[in-house]
Amino acid sequence: MGTVAAHGLRKSFGEVEALKGVDLDVPDGSFFVVLGPSGAGKTTTLRAIAGLEKLDAGSVHLDGRDATHDTPAARDLAMVFQSYALYPRRTAYENIASPLRARRASSGEIAAAVEQVSELLHIERLLERRPAQMSGGEQQRVALARALVRRPRAFLMDEPLTNLDLKLRVEMRTELTRIHRSLGGTFVYVTNDQVEALSMADQVAVLREGQVQQVGTPTEVYERPANQWVAGFVGSPRISLLACQVRGDQLVGDRGWTLPRPRWSTARDGQPLMLGLRAEDLSVEKRGDASLAGELYGLEPLGDRTVVDVKVGTEMLKVKARPAVTGSPGERLSVAVDLDRAHLFDASTGLTLSEVGR
Amino acid sequence: MAIAIDEAVPGPVTDDAPSTRRRGGGARRVIEVVLLVVLAVAMLFPVLWMLETSIKENRDVYAVPAKFFNFDFTLDHFKDVFVGADGGRSDLSVSFLNSVIVAGASTVLATVLGVPAAWAYSRFTLKAKKDQLFFILSTRFMPPVVVVIPIFLMYRELGLIDSKLGLILIYAAFNVPFTIWMMKGFVDEVPSEYEDAAMLDGYTRLQAFWKFTLPLLVPGIAATAVFALIFSWNEFVFAIFLTSSQEVRTAPPAIAGLIGGTTVDWGLVAASAVVFAIPVLVFAFLVRKHLVAGVTLGAVRR
Repeated sequence: MGTVAAHGLRKSFGEVEALKGVDLDVPDGSFFVVLGPSGAGKTTTLRAIAGLEKLDAGSVHLDGRDATHDTPAARDLAMVFQSYALYPRRTAYENIASPLRARRASSGEIAAAVEQVSELLHIERLLERRPAQMSGGEQQRVALARALVRRPRAFLMDEPLTNLDLKLRVEMRTELTRIHRSLGGTFVYVTNDQVEALSMADQVAVLREGQVQQVGTPTEVYERPANQWVAGFVGSPRISLLACQVRGDQLVGDRGWTLPRPRWSTARDGQPLMLGLRAEDLSVEKRGDASLAGELYGLEPLGDRTVVDVKVGTEMLKVKARPAVTGSPGERLSVAVDLDRAHLFDASTGLTLSEVGR
Repeated sequence: MAIAIDEAVPGPVTDDAPSTRRRGGGARRVIEVVLLVVLAVAMLFPVLWMLETSIKENRDVYAVPAKFFNFDFTLDHFKDVFVGADGGRSDLSVSFLNSVIVAGASTVLATVLGVPAAWAYSRFTLKAKKDQLFFILSTRFMPPVVVVIPIFLMYRELGLIDSKLGLILIYAAFNVPFTIWMMKGFVDEVPSEYEDAAMLDGYTRLQAFWKFTLPLLVPGIAATAVFALIFSWNEFVFAIFLTSSQEVRTAPPAIAGLIGGTTVDWGLVAASAVVFAIPVLVFAFLVRKHLVAGVTLGAVRR
């Protein structure tokens, strides 16, 4: 169906540089998620691909052909907007039919296509309603249907689930994955929700301040973050970061703790480092060769698990534990560290040092 | 405009004054009512006098002391507005027709030019957009009297003196800036995502504007057009300077022309003034909701 490639996208709004050379290569048929915090330039990137934003520099290639100067209509893309942008005076049917009408399809074709897509999204009973007569979730489905009614080169989705409540959002995640699998097609999906990114994507591009930080599968981004920022942004509970440096065989924390030096570490002696430890690689229940002494600060029971906050010196560790774990604040405890799964970052550049030795 | 303000501004508090203000409330109320009555009489007396004069027999018009109630009723003055002495069309009726043509055509022209311009100013990034908008508005700062002489000279060169087209053009020129400013507010209220979505559907930018944004602007256009219409309808200075012949003159200079000479037919003056005022009142009444919406902005539900 379609590949989408963006190269060296640059865009400024007045003084603000929204995109500082964004490169993306979206393979045909993939579910490609652009993940980043608000203000990272995700929406601008998507609008640039759609042809709604005039670029200062860079190019957009669709199916290998330069489309940088094509009109949005000529690009043959479909888009779901964060605000849904359903036409207020038109019924759901007319909204969904709009892309087909614009392309002069016959009324028979339109009726068949609208029927098919409304079955896919279970919105048959909404077709005669206007946007104001629908709930947010229903509007969202209609907006999705308007995009899916055609077979464009690629589907662009701008935070389509952000305005839904949590339950609906979880439902729609599964739904979207199902739709992608049944329709095929290239999806470019923008979100600030890492759960959406990790659960739905074939590939994730992490964007920060108009620059791509890392591109990879959800597993790669989670397990091998390219830098400290990605490690901190992806993953919940947040990765714990401790300032430290290597001294001989030891990893010495700036706050006084010591751990054995990870076998894979290639850091120089005395180089300022950040040690990144994910909650699931820490344990207050197991014993290990490597451990940190601290005191219990608080418990966050989350049902299926409990997150234990442990204070080590003045730094805080988030530790994943079984739901049954108990303890009272101030209690001394020892946190086992799985150093093989730990991350080391250069404290000055933030870049990972974990890749070299493993 | 008067109607818009009436409805937009809440009336004086009367019934449910808080109890702390109850003491001396009576005196306060009396003063309020007296002031309002004085104001109402001062504002409405000329209008009532005009209405009375238009339906009085001529000898009652000049009666001293003035007859407020026991005058003889007649509709002759209104007949005289439309029917000439020879039984054909009167000069005044020609002027009224001219006013309709000039005001209507200039309003249509200003709307056709102004609405797309407002859309462009709202949607696109332009160099020095604020300065451009200020410049556009600044053409409205100048009172007509200031520019009428140079415009007269230009019109003489162009052969537009004493032509309806000339008046239509100058009124449109004054109404376009107003339309742009007023409509820009309305366009700003319509999310541009509708047009973005339409362009991705496969429409061109202009189609997106025409099919998706324009229908949402209709209330705003109605309000703006009425304001433009009322301006053109009431305009006097350009009309009296740029036209001279009976066939071209609009109603305001024609009515003013009735006053002067040795005798003044006040009954006819009053009747033509009533006829002149009615379309504006009716129009303002019909679109009063839009006028309020236009004044308070926010005609489009998001």
